[in-house]
Amino acid sequence: MSEVAMDQPSGAVPGARRSSSSLHQPRLPRWAPAAIAAAALAVGVGIGAGAGLSSRIQWGLLAAVLYVAGTFALATRVEGVRQAKDRLATSLVWVCFLLAVVPLVSLIWETVSRGSSVLDGGFLSHSMGGVLTIQPGGGVYHAIIGTLEQVGIATAIAAPIGLLTAIYLVEYGRGRLAKAVTFFVDVMTGIPSIVAGLFVLSFWILMLDNGYSGFAGSMALAILMMPVVVRSTEEMLKLVPNELREASLALGVPKWRTILKVVLPTAIGGIATGVMLSVARIAGESAPIVLLVFGSQLINNNPFEGAQSSLPYYIYEQWAAGNDASYDRAWAAALVLIAFVMILNLVARGIARWKAPKAGR
Amino acid sequence: MDITSATAAGPPPGPGNAPDPAERQGGTTTRLGDRIFLGLSRGSGILLLAIMAAIAVFLTIRAASALSHNEGNFFTTFEWRANSTPPVFGIAVLAFGTVVSSVIAMAIAVPVAIGIALFISHYAPRKLATPLSYVIDLLAAVPSIVYGLWGALFLVPHLGGLYSWLDDYFGWTGIFAYHDGAARSLFTIGILLAIMILPIVTSVSREVFLQAPKMHEEAALALGATRWEVIRTAVLPFGRSGVISASMLGLGRALGETMAVATVLSPSFEIGTSLLDPGGGTFAQNIASSFKESGEIGKDALIASGLVLFVLTLLVNGAARLIIARRKEYTA
Repeated sequence: MSEVAMDQPSGAVPGARRSSSSLHQPRLPRWAPAAIAAAALAVGVGIGAGAGLSSRIQWGLLAAVLYVAGTFALATRVEGVRQAKDRLATSLVWVCFLLAVVPLVSLIWETVSRGSSVLDGGFLSHSMGGVLTIQPGGGVYHAIIGTLEQVGIATAIAAPIGLLTAIYLVEYGRGRLAKAVTFFVDVMTGIPSIVAGLFVLSFWILMLDNGYSGFAGSMALAILMMPVVVRSTEEMLKLVPNELREASLALGVPKWRTILKVVLPTAIGGIATGVMLSVARIAGESAPIVLLVFGSQLINNNPFEGAQSSLPYYIYEQWAAGNDASYDRAWAAALVLIAFVMILNLVARGIARWKAPKAGR
Repeated sequence: MDITSATAAGPPPGPGNAPDPAERQGGTTTRLGDRIFLGLSRGSGILLLAIMAAIAVFLTIRAASALSHNEGNFFTTFEWRANSTPPVFGIAVLAFGTVVSSVIAMAIAVPVAIGIALFISHYAPRKLATPLSYVIDLLAAVPSIVYGLWGALFLVPHLGGLYSWLDDYFGWTGIFAYHDGAARSLFTIGILLAIMILPIVTSVSREVFLQAPKMHEEAALALGATRWEVIRTAVLPFGRSGVISASMLGLGRALGETMAVATVLSPSFEIGTSLLDPGGGTFAQNIASSFKESGEIGKDALIASGLVLFVLTLLVNGAARLIIARRKEYTA
């Protein structure tokens, strides 16, 4: 729509290059970008194949460069420099977007195609006990148990603390303490997961002399999860209209009951979304697990004692084993992990969409 | 707060002035519940601060004990033999690798992210924009270990061709020299990190671009500006500080990324001039890779390097947040 709006005035700018008699500047036809793209792709593939460039990435890059250069040259000739710059920017922006989609597609494609060859019921229901890494077979059951328990405990620790902190910031927080909490929650979001792991290591394992356990990993995960929960809950609570609070208070309801019975139920959809997204985030964390849970080939149902495994750690371990059978298992486990995380994400967004429009007016 | 809620709770129910004693009783009970609730929520806020402080304190204690055993200079030694006697270790190589890989990641990711953000905010058809931003968010949802696996088993074999091409034409610079072998180098790490930080830089920049004043854009259009000129004159200047802080958030991520780097990089404790040849290391990668072989002092040494990383990310993130906060005050 903006294109139409732009055409007329730009023709009227004095000094802009245009054909002598008509008020309209000559324009490239609508199909021109598509045609240039097709030509660039063909030439790129041609040169790539002809010159014997082995990597497809290079073919793509070549085509992209040709497309951008071709568009610019053609537009400069036909439409003038300003329009050409506009087209250049447009095509660069498109190229940027495609550049971002390529790795995502490739990653999902690789994971699904390589992972699905091993993934079956047996893979999901067996551990690696008694399986040599060079043998095919074995499974991720122990890792799934580990992930579920560690993430569950981390959520049980982080969600209430995060929720209460957010309530403090929105409902009570004034003054210096609230400002400090806000700032440090933001900073805490950026703590590298390995540093959280090192903290729990120095405090829980080296100083208090506890052994490696799933619980130690959960504590590190909880540290990573808290700021995310606080931030998202805070945003949701801010969306709750003040009129609701005032109405409740005016009816003589104490403030804490107002928060529990009016504010929280109004925002519960968004809060649940935030918590689930943060669960999805920590489910993929492997760095603290390496330091604190230590990894294991066997099923260990007790998160409070002894080494456990977890899905991300399992992937790392199987990759490090470095043979075809273990690579297959790594891809299959990656597929399981991605599926888990994506389902959490989709459910979370579903809840958000389902509950969202209540806020506002 | 207590007082206002108690007085607010007072008057409405009765037909006018309620008798004093009854009201006071009601007042005290509400105050008790409120006090507990306030205490709980303030307590968890304080707990968060305490955790941050504890992280700094505990890391510092362990780091200090490691440094007291160190025979080398912590900042300038080019090796990491923390488990030998006497222990000798220094972070020079790690600092170099961390900074270089993050800088490469930023150089690739920031322009692309700005492009994507502009695409979503100003170029894509309205109907496409929302699903597209979901797609970008999906990039953020993929766990880092999966990026690592993909990087090691897919990206590395595919980069060999590009690297030998770079070597052919730019090998004389020394930076782009490449001797055949797996491309498990700092440059590959940079590319992988760029993909990983793309979503956060994109989403923050997108928000900023969407906030650009519509009036300015329309004014530019009315003066006959093309779409690019509108963006250059009205959107980008408005969004500059936002983009800077977004990039710094991304930088914070890149500095601390562990598992993807640990899977892809083939580490060594020397600084080569070439970015394409394997070797080098980062703070986080070194911690994850050498943890299991470490003894008591070795672990403390790793914690010391973790402390450096912590301070580094703290500075970068703090600066980013300050820029965002200042900007908010100024636009509000």
